[in-house]
Amino acid sequence: MRDKVVAIIQDNRPDIDDVEHAEFVTDGLLDSFDIVTLVAEFDKTFGISIDGADITPDNFNSIDSIIEMLKKNGAQ
Amino acid sequence: MKFEFDNKRITGVLTVVPHNTVKFDDEISNYNFSEKQSKKLKLIMGYEEKRVAPKGVCSSDLCEYGMNYLFDNNLLKREEIDALILVTQSPDYFMPATSNILHGKLGLKKETFCIDISQGCSGFIIGLIQAFMLLEQKNINKVVLLNADVLSPKVSKRDRNSNPLIGDAASITIVEKSNKNEKIVADINFDGLNALCLNIPAGGFRMPSTMETAIIREDEAGNFRSLDNLVMKGDDVFNFVLNKVPEQIENLLSSNGVTKGEIDYFLCHQPNKFMLQKLADKLTISYEKLPNNIVENFGNASGVTIPTCISFNLNENLLNNEYKVCLSGFGIGLTWASMLINIGNFDFCKIIEY
Repeated sequence: MRDKVVAIIQDNRPDIDDVEHAEFVTDGLLDSFDIVTLVAEFDKTFGISIDGADITPDNFNSIDSIIEMLKKNGAQ
Repeated sequence: MKFEFDNKRITGVLTVVPHNTVKFDDEISNYNFSEKQSKKLKLIMGYEEKRVAPKGVCSSDLCEYGMNYLFDNNLLKREEIDALILVTQSPDYFMPATSNILHGKLGLKKETFCIDISQGCSGFIIGLIQAFMLLEQKNINKVVLLNADVLSPKVSKRDRNSNPLIGDAASITIVEKSNKNEKIVADINFDGLNALCLNIPAGGFRMPSTMETAIIREDEAGNFRSLDNLVMKGDDVFNFVLNKVPEQIENLLSSNGVTKGEIDYFLCHQPNKFMLQKLADKLTISYEKLPNNIVENFGNASGVTIPTCISFNLNENLLNNEYKVCLSGFGIGLTWASMLINIGNFDFCKIIEY
């Protein structure tokens, strides 16, 4: 799952250098439209529908928080 | 606040959209983002094309055009109109009320009660509630509810947050007393502490428009707008909608003993396709039952989106059929409002072009 998540972020934002260690929201790397785009791609890739209440900046701040949120929403 | 009404019905819906179409693809170069990024967003949000009023055309012009269409086609008579409600956030003037202007232009009788209501995304349901309350009066038998907004002149063409989705439109809904004893229930909530999440900062009495307020500046997300333009805190609005609206709909259904299966359609305000799909997922209902195609075809014209959704998706089916629907409007205010109502056997239901 981690590799897929990293690949999706890199595909959408190739300008982010160190995806593994970045703090996407704290560092101002992802805005709300980036998050919407990522949600749509995660939904499609993992065959889930991320709960709207989970689409918050905190859940998209790092690879770890994204993976945790995806698992909560049923991704495997 | 919970409301309950009986012996009232909607008898017709007419939506008026400007003839002029603006395509998302033609405006991509306005935005400070890569074309690839914008095109992905287009697919996700349903940005395709929107209807924009010609320069100088106001909300009242769309209303007047639609009303004259109904008069000319014998679908409505001037003398029958006991009350005229206009829900708009783009009035002709600060004063007088635009409904009074329309009263004069339409040649309505002196007894016709006129009122403007300044509401947006929940404006169709707020307008219906006002109409139903007026119909409790013995002298009021027919109310014309107008929802209209021409907000495109207030949106910066370089603001990808708002410009792709804002369209202009008006709708006319006829609401009357009925002999059928069918219950209509509604629930509406307000959160004024977050009232400025959607806002036009300058141009009112609090901050009059000046040369300073017209200066265009870049925000932290790379959008360009001035204080005279509409600004939307998209993240806050998104989270508010997906937290509050499903809960309100679920509660309205359960407290009235109605199951989701009994509802034929969930006809919601249309902010964008993505938010509506997430709303449908959260409510565990199909996208067919909760249409999300108004932004891609017409744009989001605030309180007009629900009547547009009705006239675009159900249209002539409503002339001879009846459906149990859940209406839901949410957004500016912040306000969220839902209503359970039977609609159908209309005298008319269509979209016309201005």
